[in-house]
Amino acid sequence: MQAKPVIKFDNVSKTYPNGAKGLKDINLEIMPGEFVVVVGLSGAGKSTLMRAVNRLHDITAGDIQIDGQSITQAKGKQLLEIRRNIGMIFQNFNLVKRATVLKNVLTGRVGYYPTWKMVFGLFSKGDKQRAYNALQQVELADKVYARADELSGGQQQRVSIARALTQEPKIILADEPVASLDPQTTKHVMDDLKRINQELGITVLINLHSVELAQTYGTRIIGIRDGEKVFDGPVASADEATISAIYSGGEEANG
Amino acid sequence: MAELPKKPFAWQKWVLGVVMVVGLIISAQATGTNLPMFFQNFGQFTIIFQQMLSPDWSYTAYVVDPLIETIKMAILGTTIGSVLAFPYALLVARNIVTNRWVVGIFRFILNVIRTIPDLLLAAIFVAIVGIGPVAGVITLAIFTFGMVGKLFYEAVETIDEGPIEAIKAAGAGKLEIIRFAVIPQVSNYFVSYVLYAFEINVRASTVLGYLGAGGIGVFLQRALSQFRYDRVGLMVLVIFVVVLVIDYVSGKLREALI
Ligand SMILES: Nc1ncnc2c1ncn2[C@@H]1O[C@H](COP(=O)(O)OP(=O)(O)O)[C@@H](O)[C@H]1O
Ligand SMILES: [Mg+2]
Repeated sequence: MQAKPVIKFDNVSKTYPNGAKGLKDINLEIMPGEFVVVVGLSGAGKSTLMRAVNRLHDITAGDIQIDGQSITQAKGKQLLEIRRNIGMIFQNFNLVKRATVLKNVLTGRVGYYPTWKMVFGLFSKGDKQRAYNALQQVELADKVYARADELSGGQQQRVSIARALTQEPKIILADEPVASLDPQTTKHVMDDLKRINQELGITVLINLHSVELAQTYGTRIIGIRDGEKVFDGPVASADEATISAIYSGGEEANG
Repeated sequence: MAELPKKPFAWQKWVLGVVMVVGLIISAQATGTNLPMFFQNFGQFTIIFQQMLSPDWSYTAYVVDPLIETIKMAILGTTIGSVLAFPYALLVARNIVTNRWVVGIFRFILNVIRTIPDLLLAAIFVAIVGIGPVAGVITLAIFTFGMVGKLFYEAVETIDEGPIEAIKAAGAGKLEIIRFAVIPQVSNYFVSYVLYAFEINVRASTVLGYLGAGGIGVFLQRALSQFRYDRVGLMVLVIFVVVLVIDYVSGKLREALI
């Protein structure tokens, strides 16, 4: 039996209210367990693509399916339940800095509770353990009761990975997760993501600035230029010429 | 190389300055402010002041209860006002409620409430609910609501939006977003504003009592109308000490919070 795509874009376009074109007629299928890296110039539409997947941004044309279910058409509770299956990691970590690491990681579970329980912050013992397990996976178990802002950038990013893991998602989206980290912590964070992908089988869709990183970690590369998909294929098939074509807009701008 | 050009003549500033001075003179005349009279009556002030400097210590026992009532009024008024201000501030914060009409209308109401002087409020509520501490509590509650509401919504609007995006991505609804991404970022500010309002309310409630809104102000008013400046002196002293202590403790707490 043929496996079903876990993310599917059908003729997806996104025009921002101010007229800026974010995405132009994108078709895309991502299979379970893939580690897909999106590359492209700054402003090409990589973040827009990420935010389209979990509908943090609404698209203006086309349809996006997560595990066969249209997130574009989903309403209310349905939308929240689809999002629950998609973890997200951000360039700026997006932790609540004044809160403890544990509290931050636990917020990955909110989608599993009725609202009234959450208003009182009533997380189950099992979920607290789940959060702790996730912290162990990113080797931050000793920081569980530290305040998030006491941690270094790399550690904060790994806390946010633990938060995404606690969600027990099928997919993890990562929007330039290492852009504000130094090379050594970059490696640590990328290794964590790779391990999650391989050991837990979570599909990873990540956008990266560096082609080198993309080639080291990715199994498949998608090139975006001016909101259009200009390349899509296995890492091995992305040669020099392909890469420079993806980044070609910048040469014009520089020249 | 070109020389640094002279700073252009800021004639607007000069015009504004002249207008302000002229305005001050005109308004002093219009309201009949009479500086010579102020200094002529200065002698009387020194007499009153001398009497106040020899406080009637025997009166201390009588002012304890009304003083406690004043503080109770301040606590109750601050609490009621703050509890109402909390959800209201979220309702008028642009990053929480995106409907411009809702924000606009409720913010307008908040601003109107803030423009009513508390003395006027006290006078109105004394007329409505009668002389006594209830009028004072309502007045303080409304004042607190206006002040804490405004300070708090401004704090809410300056929060880091990142955590909101993150928890939304995890499948959180509006209430969960507020509970886990907004409140942890601003709760300390809220407590700090409440303490600040309490400091002001302790002071204000002594004055409100003067209008019949309960507490030590009632006794202050009585002593003044009987020309018992020795008692006035005692009460001023006691109020001074209490306000000082409360301001100090509350100030330290606020420092620790932010
Ligand atoms: N909120 C927004 N409003 C208007 N235009 C936007 C917004 N976000 C992004 N854009 C525009 O959409 C295009 C793609 O942006 P983005 O997805 O952030 O690119 P990337 O992540 O590849 O750097 C850019 O031209 C950008 O200016
Ligand atoms: Mg981006």
